Amino acid sequence: MNLYDHDNTLTAHHVKADRYADAKVPDDLWTKCPKCGETILTKDLDQYSTCPHCHYGFRISARQRLKWLVDQFTEFDTELQTNDPLNFPGYNEKIAHAQERAQLNDSVLTGKATIGDAQFGLGIMDPTFIMGSLGMVTGEKITRLFERATKDKLPVVLFTASGGARMQEGIISLMQMAKISSAVQHHAQAGLLYVVVLTDPTTGGVTASFAMQGDITLAEPHALVGFAGRRVIEQTMHQKIPADLQDAETLLKHGFVDRIIQRQQEKQTLQWLLKYGG
Amino acid sequence: MTNKAIQIVTAARDDNKITGKEIISSLLNDYMELHGGGIGSDDPAIIGGIGLFHQQPVTVIATDKGTDIEDRVAKHFGCPTPAGYRKSLHLMKQAAKFHRPIFCFVNTPGAYPGQSAEENGQGAAIAQNILEMSQLPTPIITIIFGEGGSGGALALAGGDQVWMLENSTYSILSPEGFATILWKDNTRADEAAQIMQLTPRDLLKKHVIEGIIKEPSDHQQVVKNIDQVLQRQLGDLQKLSTDQLLQKRHERYRKF
Ligand SMILES: [Zn+2]
Repeated sequence: MNLYDHDNTLTAHHVKADRYADAKVPDDLWTKCPKCGETILTKDLDQYSTCPHCHYGFRISARQRLKWLVDQFTEFDTELQTNDPLNFPGYNEKIAHAQERAQLNDSVLTGKATIGDAQFGLGIMDPTFIMGSLGMVTGEKITRLFERATKDKLPVVLFTASGGARMQEGIISLMQMAKISSAVQHHAQAGLLYVVVLTDPTTGGVTASFAMQGDITLAEPHALVGFAGRRVIEQTMHQKIPADLQDAETLLKHGFVDRIIQRQQEKQTLQWLLKYGG
Repeated sequence: MTNKAIQIVTAARDDNKITGKEIISSLLNDYMELHGGGIGSDDPAIIGGIGLFHQQPVTVIATDKGTDIEDRVAKHFGCPTPAGYRKSLHLMKQAAKFHRPIFCFVNTPGAYPGQSAEENGQGAAIAQNILEMSQLPTPIITIIFGEGGSGGALALAGGDQVWMLENSTYSILSPEGFATILWKDNTRADEAAQIMQLTPRDLLKKHVIEGIIKEPSDHQQVVKNIDQVLQRQLGDLQKLSTDQLLQKRHERYRKF
């Protein structure tokens, strides 16, 4: 599985620094869990794609996650396209390829969802779309998700998965962090609930903005969550860093995550939070 | 004169670059430095306080790369830690409470990427700055005077206006980092710099910044130029009601 090797993003750099990266998307007969190292018969992975031994959630596409997460879903903004702000060589081809693979116009799926009688705005980032990197289309989709939710007085649930900035969009990618944050703040000031679910991997500019702006922050077991890439940290420190430095469990210990939650429990947990948490 | 992007990158990092301390001490009268709000520790890479700008109290915040080697190491070469960002947010909220204008002066390669920074929530600290700055009810003007490195710079540049000195850059990562990722070759930084559109002129064209400030070699003259811009722009921003100010700020980022 070399899904990420040809993606020259900031992201790919971060991911390749993780020696198990290639094992993280299950597809062959046997799958090795990148976290606990156990070998799993791929057909034994249930619809949730989690490791039966350590509960790590494998990287899955947004559409795959949607299948078991909600009761109803109406998708938003399926037609938005990047205008390739840097005229970056080969970028349009890369986008077209990713769009076909993920069946998405960019690295986030957004829409209005229901679980039981709870209605909410839902965003699911897709780690298979140029590593979930944050560009202008993903930024616009998330911004509109918050704007619509503010207008309709609905909570927002956002599943993050990202290597950070979309390098091919340069500074415009950075500006998305401020654009989304402003929409998050308006939503917050309207007294509406924002639940973040951190999934593997959530890093860089996404961690440094909307992934860390929720009222309630959940995380999947062993999800990598951090700001800087492991290799950059090791170069800075001139030494190896602990293997679990950026595990969700470590963030929980340091007070940056409210709860670790297994995929199998996400639907009912969200239903509970949507009812009582906001 | 058309400077090549890489020449601006080099000039932005020059050892003789004006410092945040110089700007603050020449720009303000009666400056008082404040250290609080670091939540557990102070960060010398972020300096700030209150001073008088043409008789008007303002809050200033600057990144500082340090002077001698010991000082530079203590300041992580101008890379703020989470405590530094929390200190800056403390100063900004304090200013906003009293509708005191805020000036940020930024020259940082980026947020400090160390183990302790991860443990102390570097991402969360930057995220809070960006979130809060979007709605703080007081004018916020940022001057990038050297390197404007990624989220670490944006955390101090989320206000009403951003201006840049002629020899400064603002980008998602360093050209060396960009070249490493793109071509696995950090010696191709000049090509990367060209593609990245990180110069003040490129950024002005993209409406990422409001304007460019002339930067002669005489530091006193540079401060005079900064003074003129701040005086004029602050005057304009202070004519707006708080609602108008925040609406304009929102639109500034919404357009991207
Ligand atoms: Zn496992």
